[in-house]
Amino acid sequence: MLKAILNRIIPHPQLTGFLLLTWLLLVNSISTGNVLLGLIIGLLIPGITQPFWPDRPKIARPLKAVEYVLLVLWDICVANVTVARIILFKSNANTHSHWIVVPLEVRSPEAITILAGTITMTPGTVTSMLAADASHLLVHCLHTDDPDAVRDEIKHRYERRLKEIFE
Amino acid sequence: MELIAEILVSALLVIAGLFGLLGSWGLVKLDDTMRRLHAPTKATTLGVGGVLIASMIYFAVFLDHLTFHELLITAFLFITAPITANFVAKAHMHRDIKERDLPPTGGQYGWAGYDEIGDAEQPIDTK
Repeated sequence: MLKAILNRIIPHPQLTGFLLLTWLLLVNSISTGNVLLGLIIGLLIPGITQPFWPDRPKIARPLKAVEYVLLVLWDICVANVTVARIILFKSNANTHSHWIVVPLEVRSPEAITILAGTITMTPGTVTSMLAADASHLLVHCLHTDDPDAVRDEIKHRYERRLKEIFE
Repeated sequence: MELIAEILVSALLVIAGLFGLLGSWGLVKLDDTMRRLHAPTKATTLGVGGVLIASMIYFAVFLDHLTFHELLITAFLFITAPITANFVAKAHMHRDIKERDLPPTGGQYGWAGYDEIGDAEQPIDTK
């Protein structure tokens, strides 16, 4: 009973905390008034948007998520340099672009979204489309001589970790 | 301490500027829309990222107050940039790329933009 009421008031506890944190970062000061205002926002927005978002994503291992973010940040830096070299030193005719099909093992929409975003943010690959039954991801790669290796790296480096985080 | 911070801020700004320039140069140089899409993703990640880190260091060291707005900008960029890229890619594919030019999915159904499947079989709204 108590749980049901609590569920009614705070449908997404993590989202509430996240919105409060975002609000405090936005106003850049921690005072009682701002915390209260942030809490009000954090309670109102999940309440209003709940019908659009019936299942909340479960994050099984938050620590793994932190590791994932750091890994992606590092990869972005490395990949930036790689792509900069391709743009600077390779002629268009010498750049071998490929479509890559990545079969997906992750099933939750949140995990697929994060994987697609990660692939786009690490330069050199752009997520282009999802199969109609969400089983494969179409990725465009700027330059590679071995498309299979790129696919395996995406699966091994990112998807495996996301699977651990979300399942 | 101030000297180190100054050097760090300048270096970050120069690196960020270079990557921004490179992103734009790639946009001009590459010859196909899908390839061009790769260039702006660079400008947003290292280019904007470098400026934001430089800004954080500058405010923390020289003006003595820590701001977190830069972290928020980074977060918003990381959320919006892939979505924009995906929109551009999809719009381009719908206009100019035929399904036969794409590799097959390897699964039961085709790519979301080209293949219609019923709501029942659709686990996620892929459109």
